[in-house]
Amino acid sequence: MIKVLYFARLKDTLNCGEEQLDHSTAVDTAEKLLSTLKERGAPWRDALDNSQLLVAVNQTIASPETPIQDGDEVAFFPPVTGG
Amino acid sequence: MISIQQEDFDLASEYEALRADAPNIGAIATFTGLVRDFNIVESTPGNTSVQGLFLEHYPGMTEKSLAAIIETAKQRWSIINVRVVHRIGAMLPGDQIVFVGVNSAHRGDAFAACEFIMDYLKTEAPFWKKELTKEGERWVESRDSDQQAAERWKP
Repeated sequence: MIKVLYFARLKDTLNCGEEQLDHSTAVDTAEKLLSTLKERGAPWRDALDNSQLLVAVNQTIASPETPIQDGDEVAFFPPVTGG
Repeated sequence: MISIQQEDFDLASEYEALRADAPNIGAIATFTGLVRDFNIVESTPGNTSVQGLFLEHYPGMTEKSLAAIIETAKQRWSIINVRVVHRIGAMLPGDQIVFVGVNSAHRGDAFAACEFIMDYLKTEAPFWKKELTKEGERWVESRDSDQQAAERWKP
């Protein structure tokens, strides 16, 4: 399983903060996971089609090519605004 | 020391903790951030549209990213210890939201490391602000000027 988290505006738009997905070769990189999620249609397609979106794998900022393994935690979120 | 907490913090206690650290401390630099009562992007004189703030964070990653920022600062400057306190949850204008304190043998390292940590916290630590206004709630947009502030530390 992969744990997928969403934060801030993204969580509100998707009405989802956390979900578990089966791991497979279809979702074994951050980019492939994002594509799979976009295939769900609205509101996923529009909310995730955003070049500013950040992805973290196991709580470290990742890139589209970052591999995702079974048991990993993946998070998608907008640019940060703390401080 | 990193603390992510809902409750307010006491500036004097944070300062004393940095002061009590070691006898070789010659300087303590601290920064405190407060909740503003206006939105920086649409600010006009007299505009006090923000009634409150809600701070969301990514538990676990927040602590991890702050620890990495502090570690980078310790490698770059001659500093002894760092304390970072960041509040989460609901806050009101004027409330304290963030504290960064650095102690060092000399002021130059303490000033620089404190500003560096704050600039990176604003662009890398996973916190998000939601403003509460008369018109409703809205997520705060990230600002290019914050990104530029962090970029200027790059070698």
